[in-house]
Amino acid sequence: MRQKLIVIGAGMASGRVIEHLVEQDPDAYDITLFNAEPRGNYNRIMLSPVLSGEKTYSDIVTHDDTWYAEHAVTCRFGEHIADIDRVAKTVTSENGDVLGYDKLLFGTGSNPFMIPLPGHDLDGVIAYRDLEDTERMMAMGPEKKVVVIGGGLLGLEAAAGMAARGADVTVVHIMGHLMERQLDEAAGYLLRKALTEKGITVKCSANSKEILGENGHVTGLSLDDGTVLPCDLLVMAVGIRPNVALAQASGIAVGRGIHVDDQMITSDADVLAVGECVEHNGAVFGLVAPLYDQAKVAAQTLQGQTASFVQKELSTKLKVTGCDLFSAGDFADGEGREDIVFRDPARGVYRRLVIENNVVIGAVMYGDTADSNWFFGLIRDKTDIADMRDTLIFGPAFQGGTPLDPLAAVAALPRDAEICGCNGICKGQIEDAISAGATDLGAIRAVTKASGSCGTCTGLVEQVLAHSLGDEFVIPAAQPMCGCTDLTHEDVRRMIKSQRLTTMAAVWQECAWKTTCGCHVCRPALNFYLLADWPLEYQDDPQSRFVNERKHANIQKDGTFSVVPRMWGGITTPDELRAIADAADKFGVPTVKVTGGQRIDLLGVRGEDLPDIWRDLNAAGMVSGHAYSKGLRTVKTCVGTDHCRFGTQDSTGLGIKLEKELWGSWTPHKLKLAVSGCPRNCAEATCKDIGVVCVDSGYQISIGGAAGMDVRETELLVQVATEEETINVVKAVTQAYRENAKYLDRIYKWMNKVGLDWIKSRVVDDLNERAALVARFELSQSIYRKDPWAEHVARQSDTYRPLANLSLEAAE
Amino acid sequence: MSNWIDIAALQDIPQRGARMVKTAHGCVAVFRTGEDEIYALDNACPHKAGPLAEGIVHGKAVTCPLHNWVISLETGLAQGADEGQVATHPARVEGGRILLDITCLRAKAVA
Repeated sequence: MRQKLIVIGAGMASGRVIEHLVEQDPDAYDITLFNAEPRGNYNRIMLSPVLSGEKTYSDIVTHDDTWYAEHAVTCRFGEHIADIDRVAKTVTSENGDVLGYDKLLFGTGSNPFMIPLPGHDLDGVIAYRDLEDTERMMAMGPEKKVVVIGGGLLGLEAAAGMAARGADVTVVHIMGHLMERQLDEAAGYLLRKALTEKGITVKCSANSKEILGENGHVTGLSLDDGTVLPCDLLVMAVGIRPNVALAQASGIAVGRGIHVDDQMITSDADVLAVGECVEHNGAVFGLVAPLYDQAKVAAQTLQGQTASFVQKELSTKLKVTGCDLFSAGDFADGEGREDIVFRDPARGVYRRLVIENNVVIGAVMYGDTADSNWFFGLIRDKTDIADMRDTLIFGPAFQGGTPLDPLAAVAALPRDAEICGCNGICKGQIEDAISAGATDLGAIRAVTKASGSCGTCTGLVEQVLAHSLGDEFVIPAAQPMCGCTDLTHEDVRRMIKSQRLTTMAAVWQECAWKTTCGCHVCRPALNFYLLADWPLEYQDDPQSRFVNERKHANIQKDGTFSVVPRMWGGITTPDELRAIADAADKFGVPTVKVTGGQRIDLLGVRGEDLPDIWRDLNAAGMVSGHAYSKGLRTVKTCVGTDHCRFGTQDSTGLGIKLEKELWGSWTPHKLKLAVSGCPRNCAEATCKDIGVVCVDSGYQISIGGAAGMDVRETELLVQVATEEETINVVKAVTQAYRENAKYLDRIYKWMNKVGLDWIKSRVVDDLNERAALVARFELSQSIYRKDPWAEHVARQSDTYRPLANLSLEAAE
Repeated sequence: MSNWIDIAALQDIPQRGARMVKTAHGCVAVFRTGEDEIYALDNACPHKAGPLAEGIVHGKAVTCPLHNWVISLETGLAQGADEGQVATHPARVEGGRILLDITCLRAKAVA
């Protein structure tokens, strides 16, 4: 005799259960299918192509009316279930019908999670879940503004679909990079770049604060940094929650989802559940592959057969045209895990494999996912990759061969193979230049321009030289920045400028970094290069700074810090001195010392006391002296015409002015200035990075001095007539140094490389260039000329204290 | 027997950053990598006891701020030519919270 099966929810998982049943044993059950949506089963994951216009709804219907009729499935679409009586084994529909069952199957799916922001109930605020939502989005005309909250799989598909329809789309994502659950930072960067090229605005690390509305309809979204994004439609795609309400109301065990065992049976032996509504071994499900596995098991259970659901590795692909990405397995760092990273900046390709015990356990791929199935197979089958480890990252095509000799590879290139992409130079042109007498890299650059732009092909050009000239050419060992890259500092700076790289992830990708996130050598340098070149676009990264610049104090050998308040031009007051003395007493400062730069150094301050001592010094009107920074340190002065009988100008006043203009600026290395009031030079200006010596007729500005490991006298840059011109020349030379020098080169080292004449030609002779440098310096200072102490006291003093104190706990 | 206790939220430590936890047997540095993994190590470099919590975190390693020794967060071993090891402690993340095994810290305090 046929049993009665009632199915609640016509989704992809329950639909697959019904398919298995009617195929395998059509006489086992009379099936009644309830669905709250007024339609049957369609392929929900294909809503994105419907939204973008690549498919229509009828293309994605899985079961139409004919199918249900053919298989004698009684459909009750658009009807909710009001009640379940598990003792009597009946369900009550919303119109009062009572139907008996032998077996009940939950396929209630999931609900979109709506963030309870103020204004979330306004008209025009929707989720992206079903056909109704999709139709709402499709009804938006072109030129309309749409904000999508959520930079995960669903949010990005919604954004791309609407952008394809001509809407002006902004994605707001709370995390630092897109799809952070599936992708690492590098792949997230490439994805963001591709979406930006499609005209989508992407805002990461953005916290939504309030949804704005007028007359009950959404008008915009405000972020907690004050930005307001106007919009006509707001889509929330921040995640899903299993829909357990009905199961819970019927007394079935639920956690995050409806609890099921390996046979897909709930806490009631006659009730099963499949799909996004279930929780199995602590996991809930959102991707389709495991749902189909569940459906197969549930169908067998319903037929009295033994089957078990086993969770498997999952992979993800994004269904956005033109964004090829793939992620599978576990790609978090972890004990005993190693990364293999491959980047091809020219093709926008990124691949990363995570290896543990000679087995691939995770993979992230962007740009070229052709081999993704092969890698997914390695993960799933736990293949031992020890033998192919060296070439693994290149994919299946490269397995079994011998490792390539780079010179042999270059030798094998045809004459028309392009070597320098920037200038379109082929191997043949370089060979011709070599035959014509260009026998080193500089000559090749001069003759052909090859490797003269972005510089990434430098190695290749050198290999062509080596191959053509044999032993006569020795490839020079260019000093790479660090072990993370083969590029030099100069190469990387050129790339940052020419390719407009404005984030660290962008540099790592476009310059083919070999590590996932750099090291202690390259990160501080990159952080400086990025903030110097893109002061408005780039966000300073404290985690890429040495502790001194992160905590705005100098770490000492015992882990305590030294604190130096700024004394403009070396001038102080009795009140300031009293405040310093009080602070030294209050915080038990063991050593108070006068520095060479005319400041007072409080040595031995405990890290956790830093915000408190700064608060006191701030209250007395003092700010950070930046005695720890690769940036402007001090402007040392003599007393000049104020008191000195030899003084020719107001050296103290000029020193204070210079310090007030330059303070807070970051430079490749420390930057020390001095202003002396006469050639007797009591401020020792001629051994500073930039020195000004006052004379009767004006101001002599000289640069490139040092009094450290190297002792150097400055060289004269120019003599000018006014204080104003002095200040402008100093700013211009500082900016030229910021824009061009290698990180950790003092001015004298930079000057040795580029030559004093090159600097003169820009900041002395070319007045337009000088003005442009000053303008760029001022732009940067509009961000960085501020007191870090005040900000840290106000906003992050907690971070200076221990995260927790367990000393009592542990002693119990 | 392990005894995991809740120390703080994951967000209380910046990515590629560290914070210090005081315990009876000394300070422990708790690190968060760029991939949101958590590691706990004694906050003292094997070289000259530099505070590792103040170092730059990169990959699964931290560079001591005093003399640039690079210490593996997984094993506590000094990398490269340097030799030495710092004690590691069980740590994990669950539901966005950082957990440390207090039993382990207590055992060290007694020993």
